Amino acid sequence: MINSMFVGKSTLSFFVVLFLTAASSFAAGGGDNYVKDYKFSFEGPFGSFDQNQLQRGLKVYTEICSACHGLKYVPIRTLGDEGGLGYSEDQVRAYAENYEIFDPELDDYRPAKPTDHFPEIVDAGAPDLSLMAKARAGFHGPMGTGINQFVKGIGGAEYIASLLAGYTGEEKEEFGTVFYENTAYPGRWIAMAPPLYGEDVDFDDGHSNELKYEAMDVAAFLTWAAEPKMMARKHVGLRAVLFLILLSALLYATNKTLWAPIKKRSA
Amino acid sequence: MAGIPHDHYEPGSKGEKWLHRRLPIVGLLYDTIMLPTPKNLNWMWIWGAVLTFCLALQIITGIVLAMHYTPHVDQAFASVEHIMRNVNGGHMLRYLHANGASLFFIAVYAHIFRGLYYGSYKEPREVTWIIGMLIYVLMMATAFMGYVLPWGQMSFWGATVITGLFGAVPFIGDALQTLLLGGPAVDNATLNRFFSLHYLLPFLIAGLVIVHIWAFHTTGNNNPTGVEVRRGSKEEAEKDTVPFWPYYIIKDVFALAVIMVIFFTVVGFMPNYLGHPDNYIEANPLATPAHIVPEWYFLPFYAILRAFTADVWVVQIVSFLTGGIIDAKFFGVLAMFGAILVMAIAPWLDTSSVRSARYRPMLKLWFAILVVDFILLMWLGAMPAEEPYASLSLIASAYWFAYFLVILPLLGVLEKPLPQPMTIEEDFNKKHPPKELDVSSSPTEVPAE
Repeated sequence: MINSMFVGKSTLSFFVVLFLTAASSFAAGGGDNYVKDYKFSFEGPFGSFDQNQLQRGLKVYTEICSACHGLKYVPIRTLGDEGGLGYSEDQVRAYAENYEIFDPELDDYRPAKPTDHFPEIVDAGAPDLSLMAKARAGFHGPMGTGINQFVKGIGGAEYIASLLAGYTGEEKEEFGTVFYENTAYPGRWIAMAPPLYGEDVDFDDGHSNELKYEAMDVAAFLTWAAEPKMMARKHVGLRAVLFLILLSALLYATNKTLWAPIKKRSA
Repeated sequence: MAGIPHDHYEPGSKGEKWLHRRLPIVGLLYDTIMLPTPKNLNWMWIWGAVLTFCLALQIITGIVLAMHYTPHVDQAFASVEHIMRNVNGGHMLRYLHANGASLFFIAVYAHIFRGLYYGSYKEPREVTWIIGMLIYVLMMATAFMGYVLPWGQMSFWGATVITGLFGAVPFIGDALQTLLLGGPAVDNATLNRFFSLHYLLPFLIAGLVIVHIWAFHTTGNNNPTGVEVRRGSKEEAEKDTVPFWPYYIIKDVFALAVIMVIFFTVVGFMPNYLGHPDNYIEANPLATPAHIVPEWYFLPFYAILRAFTADVWVVQIVSFLTGGIIDAKFFGVLAMFGAILVMAIAPWLDTSSVRSARYRPMLKLWFAILVVDFILLMWLGAMPAEEPYASLSLIASAYWFAYFLVILPLLGVLEKPLPQPMTIEEDFNKKHPPKELDVSSSPTEVPAE
């Protein structure tokens, strides 16, 4: 009895710490940046994208970010996907025509079609934003374990919103490049000039366009761009977990009944 | 094939008899799943079934992923995004495959440590143990190469660091590294050969799994007491065992279902938890990430690799004795592979006549420290190479080797084992007392005569 208790406890703690340790690799990184814990509708196992917020975020991206940043992995047609922005086919077609893309078959530029991807923009030297929300992790807690990602997500959206709202107004010049002080950026000095100041974009749904909301909206949009199947994934996850709990219960009963005669107890 | 006497397959119908005379495959399968299995196995004996499931899961999801993946440096990263966005169910396939690797390693570590605790490696199961270690090494090679395929920043820089280790081998290091990479640096040739081998090795693992099962079906399973099943007659063996089907298959499937609840929670709600954000940035040979961290399951051995630096006296002595042929870098590589090797030769290092740690009070303590040591090494592997982590890594690495090379041989002499049960039946009945015994020991109401 003592032996089996020992093994039970040691193996249990083994796995708990195994997971904590595994996740602690996230904790390795700069610690001088501050990521604010914004509340997003898509956090947690039951969270879902706010369609209006994604549409507002697309508008911020289109009018401001897309001047320098591409979204090369995102097909324009996915703007019509369920569980995402949910635009109609005509709206997607009309939106696509905002972009001119190079067609190697025509050897010339032409208006984009829904089947094209968002353009890749290399001139400005700015990173592509398709996966930015997954390439940055804002949350490592508690105690570097990252377990809170279960309820908060990895924190990419929070990082983006914090960055956009994190400029202090200070700047400095080094070797001919201007750097701007930003409380969310690791190392604090970023080469990107403040892209948003508040009231930069007029939202069609009349939502407030304060800096905080613009930053959150575009962060939500970029989270969708990085993980467009998030809703489908959570639905599958939820159904799988519920089914497996039921299956486990049935198998538990089966196993108990099966072993009863061997263990000499009544079933 | 099994040494434990039991009923064998008898072809019943005419068709079965026809097939059995020509190919006794049904008999082979029957004997495999009806194997007499000790009836006192505890929950640490479920991991073998979980591992078999993991291998099947990885092969099936992997084959479908390979249908949509492009092993080319210009297209690999984009093709993974294509899988995530355009392939039906592709995002689930990829997350199952990526997290499936982590489940695979959780299960294999539990399986290995169970073997170390209950002495499953000891005579006559040495061959089972050695084959298991081969499977584990192949798993690590497969997982490492798989992590390179998405061609993200961690893929590229992880591959650069790990293949660099082979460059530390004296005399042939450069040639070996070039052979591995297919060129002077990690590039398209590397990605192509890693893809090819990542597809090949799982089938070698599957072959070895069959041999692993064959080996322990020949010796019979170990069990928590470490006492062998009685084999004098079929009746005697039946007192110690139950057939694998249905008793253990149902138990294993139940355990697997519970584990799947946790697995699908991770896949569904936090699929990138065990990954690294940098791997969503395409590989860039010109930009080194701030911290290059291997996947969590490599961290203990990565910590051992980094522990032996040039200022450690053991390294300095060995370097002096070998005339500098074994330098600090090569010493680290030897230590990393040595850490697995000492585990593999445990059957010959353990001198005790008692199998299970249940009856070995001293081993129980040292084993608990080994588990803590392993977890400590895993944590240290993720930390930057600076103090106090460097010194801690050295101490933790030293304990790992000491456990196998000093403690296991010495305990057989120093330790006084506790009395073991004579039979598995005795152990089982102690935990599940027979009804008749209960009745006879309770106050009876037999009228006096």
